[in-house]
Amino acid sequence: MTRKLVVIGAGMASGRMLEHLFDQAPGQWDVTLFNAEPRGNYNRLMLSPVLSGDKTYDQIVTHDTDWYLAQGVTCRFGEAVVGIDRGARIVHGARGPVEYDALVIATGSAPFIIPLPGHKLPGVVAYRDLEDTNAMIEASRPGATAVVIGGGLLGLEAAAGMAARGAEVTVIHLMGHLMERQLDPAAGYLLQRDLEKRGIRIHCKGATKAILGTDRVEAVLLEDGTTYPADLVCMAVGIRPETRLANDAGLEVARGITVDDQMRTSDPAIFALGECVEHDGQLFGLVAPLYDQAKVLAATLAGTPAAFMPLQTATKLKVTGCDLFSAGDFAEGPGREDIVFRDPGRGIYKRLILEGDRLIGAVMYGDTADGPWFFDKIRSGADITADRDTLIFGPAFAGGAQADPLAAVAALPPEAEICGCNGVCKGTIVTAIQGGAATLDAVRGLTKASASCGTCTGLVEQVMALTLGDGFAANANPPMCKCTDHTHEDVRRLIKSMGLKTIPAVMQDLGWKTVGGCASCRPALNYYLIADWPLEYRDDRQSRFVNERNHANIQKDGTYSVVPRMWGGVTTSAELRAIADAVDRYAVPMIKVTGGQRIDLLGVRKEDLPAIWSDFNQAGMVSGHAYAKGLRTVKTCVGTDFCRFGTQDSTGLGIRLEKLLWGSWTPAKVKLGVSGCPRNCAEATCKDIGVVCVDSGFQISVAGAAGMDVRETVPLLTVETEDEVCDVISAFVQLYREQARYLHRIYKWVDKVGLDWAREQVADPATRAGLIERFRLSQTIYQTDPWAEHAARPDEWAPVADLRLRAAE
Amino acid sequence: MSQLIDIAALEDIPPQGARVVRTPQGCVAVFRTADDRVFALDDRCPHKGGPLSEGIVHGTSVTCPLHNWVFDMATGQAQGADSGAVATHAVRVEGGRILLNHTVLAQRNTA
Repeated sequence: MTRKLVVIGAGMASGRMLEHLFDQAPGQWDVTLFNAEPRGNYNRLMLSPVLSGDKTYDQIVTHDTDWYLAQGVTCRFGEAVVGIDRGARIVHGARGPVEYDALVIATGSAPFIIPLPGHKLPGVVAYRDLEDTNAMIEASRPGATAVVIGGGLLGLEAAAGMAARGAEVTVIHLMGHLMERQLDPAAGYLLQRDLEKRGIRIHCKGATKAILGTDRVEAVLLEDGTTYPADLVCMAVGIRPETRLANDAGLEVARGITVDDQMRTSDPAIFALGECVEHDGQLFGLVAPLYDQAKVLAATLAGTPAAFMPLQTATKLKVTGCDLFSAGDFAEGPGREDIVFRDPGRGIYKRLILEGDRLIGAVMYGDTADGPWFFDKIRSGADITADRDTLIFGPAFAGGAQADPLAAVAALPPEAEICGCNGVCKGTIVTAIQGGAATLDAVRGLTKASASCGTCTGLVEQVMALTLGDGFAANANPPMCKCTDHTHEDVRRLIKSMGLKTIPAVMQDLGWKTVGGCASCRPALNYYLIADWPLEYRDDRQSRFVNERNHANIQKDGTYSVVPRMWGGVTTSAELRAIADAVDRYAVPMIKVTGGQRIDLLGVRKEDLPAIWSDFNQAGMVSGHAYAKGLRTVKTCVGTDFCRFGTQDSTGLGIRLEKLLWGSWTPAKVKLGVSGCPRNCAEATCKDIGVVCVDSGFQISVAGAAGMDVRETVPLLTVETEDEVCDVISAFVQLYREQARYLHRIYKWVDKVGLDWAREQVADPATRAGLIERFRLSQTIYQTDPWAEHAARPDEWAPVADLRLRAAE
Repeated sequence: MSQLIDIAALEDIPPQGARVVRTPQGCVAVFRTADDRVFALDDRCPHKGGPLSEGIVHGTSVTCPLHNWVFDMATGQAQGADSGAVATHAVRVEGGRILLNHTVLAQRNTA
């Protein structure tokens, strides 16, 4: 007996379902198919190749009207369904009703449109159907500008497609890296780099504020004030299940239409499948589970027992030249372990996530050939203990012998190239070592191997270990931390030579061994990037040590000490009054004069910090940076103004130097002293940089210390004018900022590079001018009062919730 | 069936950062990792009482700001050569909100 089946929606899921149904139960159902789009079923996944011009619409049609007619389906295309009468089992179409014995709702999903100002302007499209695709194709003529909001799978495919047609495309993405639901930051970084190479501009951490335009879209404005011109805006921020019909019919709907394992809704005569359903709390956007649902529903309608079990899914991005693969669960978590493989030179990154003896996730970029093999291991839940050592190398190494890390290098013939930059082969390095080169520096000096970009340093060391055996001490200059094999010096050099401008970029291209670094390397990397790329880099607060993050010194009991700046140690009665008021207002338990001629307020509670800063700002005082790896104080004596021995205005010069240098971040703290005569009351000769004023001018000396080590400064240069003092010192500080290892104070750095070399740099007029210019540039960005910035947002400093009252209820 | 308390939106905590929740038994630090996982630990390092909420978050670990002890946020166990543990609390994210187990409000025995 033929029964009546009505299907609403001719998408990929319903197409596949009908195919299975006609195979399994031919003639059993009399089918009527509604579709709001005036056409049959096409492969929505292939819209990207249509957009980029690689395919035409005709090539992506899967079930056209002829196919449906051949199967005896009554097609009501271009007709919307206006309602479902469950009691009478009737579907009301715009052009008349149809009775059903069974109904399938396959309405898919609707693109999510953020209701930003301007979102209804002509020229704003989603990326969902052929109409959107055609609109983008039309707007993508060469020279046109387009903005894509959303750096997920769909947004990037839209961007790549329009860019391929010649449009100038910008992608705005709210999160810190692209495709964050499928990729970790390292893979996201590689993807961003590849997309940027093909001319697509990427703006991560970008919150869209408004879409601008009068008659049609003209530009997109971000919260941070950035504006991107746009002839077309594609909003690809997500989709949500299309549940309006089901809602109106009174079916149970959560985020999607609730279905059981047989795809049955809360009404036993009504089924649903595809992106509009919610099964066991889960929504579905990728095609594999939708096809599984189609199979289950066809079986159910044919009267065969079947149950839907959602399986892991894998993602691939359909952008030519960007090879990425992501499957399973890649988040870090308790009991989870990572195996990470990075080949920076080839732009390859692979990460496997293990839980116990099983593989649960895989993220790959650059080389995804083994993706299906890993995916199979994820789905099968196979025990991988035995293969763990070689797992990341994929099926080619599966079950092979344990790899000796040196074996691959040992097997290389003498003519194998080790250093690509300088064309140095293994034999040359071995000869140099046998000739007496026993350190990496010596090998570098003789052969130039690893002396340029340095990514082959590890290989060179392996050749040394093989040649020298136990005689090789690889750790003469230890690596930065356990996250990397590179030394601080190598990392600094490579950041500059390879143009690395973000922490994920450094970690990827330099082969970091951990996922997110550690508390030791992150602050160092943050500093190196600030110092090397003041204009491009954005400070990462979460990679700052607590004192710099909170702009105050943490004390043993978790309170903070606050030190306002006191230029050259000079203050006024108004400032002292403001300090006294703050002490009373915030019940500061201790006031102390520091060794650097300032006043320290000890024992301030964290939540009071924004208010006390605000008070000091209003009294004209700024942060003293007493917590900073940066310029701290310039200690002075009274000089010619009052002292009968003073030869110059040491107080005035100290204030001038402090105003020049404050706010600059440095590898470690920097303290200055300016003494008005050789009696040296400001103790300038045990500071990082000291100036002693004499009748003939100014003696500048450097590399003193009065901390763990006590050092007297050594003379750098003697100059005649205050202007020259300022020039020499800012050049010297910049040299230190650009060259030194994080946490090394000036004396340690000078011990390494040699004072003569440093003097040559700042004495040479051209080099000095370059250093001064770079320092000034950095100061235009970083010479700001951090207190002012944070005092404006006090909420972030208070506890996020207080449950003490709730407990009392 | 444990009762969960809505304490904040996920967005209230910066990625790789932490915020503090006051409870009758002292502060609880709620951490957010780079990939938006959330953990809750007592805000007191067992070594010298340092505020873990001010530490640097890396992966699923946090480093105490006072003396660099590192704790696995999932288990509360000190890592490396240090031994000791900090109490953890059940916490999860649902619909963008952070839900904390209510037992942090209950009187704990001083163990």
